[in-house]
Amino acid sequence: MGMMSIFNVSGSAASAQSQRLNVVASNLANADTVAGPDGQAYKARQVTFQTQLVGELANDPTAAGVRVSTVSEDNTPGRRVHDPKNPAADAEGYVTYSNVNPVEEMVNMISASRSYQNNIEVMNTAKSLLLKTLQMGQSG
Amino acid sequence: MLDRLAGTLDFQAQALVLRSERQRLIASNIANADTPGYVARELDFATALRQAASRLAPDGTAGNRLATGSATAFATGAATALAATQAGHLAGAGSTGGAAPLTYAVAAQTNLDRNSVDMDRERASFADNTVKYEATLRFINGQVRTMLSAITGQ
Repeated sequence: MGMMSIFNVSGSAASAQSQRLNVVASNLANADTVAGPDGQAYKARQVTFQTQLVGELANDPTAAGVRVSTVSEDNTPGRRVHDPKNPAADAEGYVTYSNVNPVEEMVNMISASRSYQNNIEVMNTAKSLLLKTLQMGQSG
Repeated sequence: MLDRLAGTLDFQAQALVLRSERQRLIASNIANADTPGYVARELDFATALRQAASRLAPDGTAGNRLATGSATAFATGAATALAATQAGHLAGAGSTGGAAPLTYAVAAQTNLDRNSVDMDRERASFADNTVKYEATLRFINGQVRTMLSAITGQ
């Protein structure tokens, strides 16, 4: 049934977007983490989406869902701040913070939440259309 | 006699199936708004409906077979089938020749990740398709009510 797979399509997209939101939350939570004893601070993570066909027929391009293909780490060096009194400072007195850019993450968060809302709205519309289809032919 | 009663509904049934196909296609576009490299698709509704209606026999007997088909089924009739010459080849349903009424949307703005979904356009198409789907439903309901009142004869 054609309309039924809308829930698969939009559901997979909402799930992918919530995973993106989750990664943004991790990044924001770790925005001020300093490097541990190994000198490695938290690295910002980012998800990459990929199309996933979810139709009942193989190769049906009209039912294209989404899945998270990879979660990649940002390898740019972390922010280094000169703070010799900090217990996490290295031999030169520098503290390495994570390379999370909070502004970037906030923008990412807004984008993810808007996309999530879009998909929920699509599902609501599809649901109300299906319910009306179920009442087809009934007088009223 | 009975198929003549149901035959009048066939055209609207076709339209309803195509509307639901288009609804799903637009939902796919909206779902893939953030997928890198995704190319938005669009269903040429007029062409698709014309193709579907031309397959309806004049007495409406072919309607049932068509009503259960999907957009990809339209390509299977006259279109050339893809030859599977190796074990890994996929059956080319949905991409066979030019008969499939699926087109590619042209991106209004270029995008760094080669995604051509225009969310404004997709939302507008989605709302448009929703209203037209409901309209088709009402046409069907109206025809059913007309037939019922003819049967009861009051």
